[in-house]
Amino acid sequence: MSAAELGLAVSVFLACAVEAVEALTIVLAMGTTRSWRPTWYGVAAATVALAVVVAIAGPALTALPLGVLRVVVGGLLLVFGLQWLRKAILRAAGLKALHDEAALFAEESERARAVAHGPERAGIDPYAFTVSFKGVLLEGLEVVFIVLTFGANQHRIGLAAIAALAAVAVVVAVGFAVRAPLARVPENALKFAVGVMLASFGTFWSAEGAGAHWPGGDAALLVIIPGLLIAALTIVSWLRRAAASRLVERSA
Amino acid sequence: MNAVRRVALGVWDFVVGDDWITAAGVAVAIAITAMIASSGAAAWWVMPAAVLVLLVQSVGRALRGG
Repeated sequence: MSAAELGLAVSVFLACAVEAVEALTIVLAMGTTRSWRPTWYGVAAATVALAVVVAIAGPALTALPLGVLRVVVGGLLLVFGLQWLRKAILRAAGLKALHDEAALFAEESERARAVAHGPERAGIDPYAFTVSFKGVLLEGLEVVFIVLTFGANQHRIGLAAIAALAAVAVVVAVGFAVRAPLARVPENALKFAVGVMLASFGTFWSAEGAGAHWPGGDAALLVIIPGLLIAALTIVSWLRRAAASRLVERSA
Repeated sequence: MNAVRRVALGVWDFVVGDDWITAAGVAVAIAITAMIASSGAAAWWVMPAAVLVLLVQSVGRALRGG
């Protein structure tokens, strides 16, 4: 396995694990507070919808010439990754609330309990169905985007899909074993790492797609990824110092 | 609002989010890379430099609430 393929597998696994943890929280909240049957129907319907997206977008992407694919998909991945990384930096610097699955589970469960059980449609609680469907679909779309962009760019959609399925399987197995949201997963650190990986691969592919040649070829990723990580950590440290000095100024 | 417009807005929001300036910056950086590469000069350095500038600017805008 080349460095780029290993990076692909690790990036997709981590990104999908994070999304699966978030989807699991919603599914568990619906299943335990409302009813499992409509929750499972919602999960199944979202899975079918995601499969349709993959079936349409996958072949369409792989049919594009590699140069076009890399510049378009690399650019999209970079924009997406920078968005993800910005939020992760703000969280790490203490300027944005950390993602807390236990709190989200409590919030979602409370909301579900507050909604009255209305008339069922075909024996299904529409609230549990809709919330679990939307939760899995929205988190799943991010997984699909990452799998397709990473997989198509390296012509390794199979490897990306295996990494994604492995992540979802691990999260679901652990989640249902403990019957609780996975609050102890270091989700914020994972999101930081994923942001760095998405933006790094996006940088690499978009430049290649635009006609640039990286010194060292794929090995350039071994410089881009740690380089961006150091830059992001430097921004976090700078933001923390700036916040601390503002606090000292105010208390003086 | 028709379905196509809703889908387009959904895709825009999904990929670009609340920071269109970063998306525009990435597009400009790719265009500059392509121009330099087509002249035969080394162009690999443009994207990493642009990413660092765009990331700092994006965090700065988020802090200012813009």
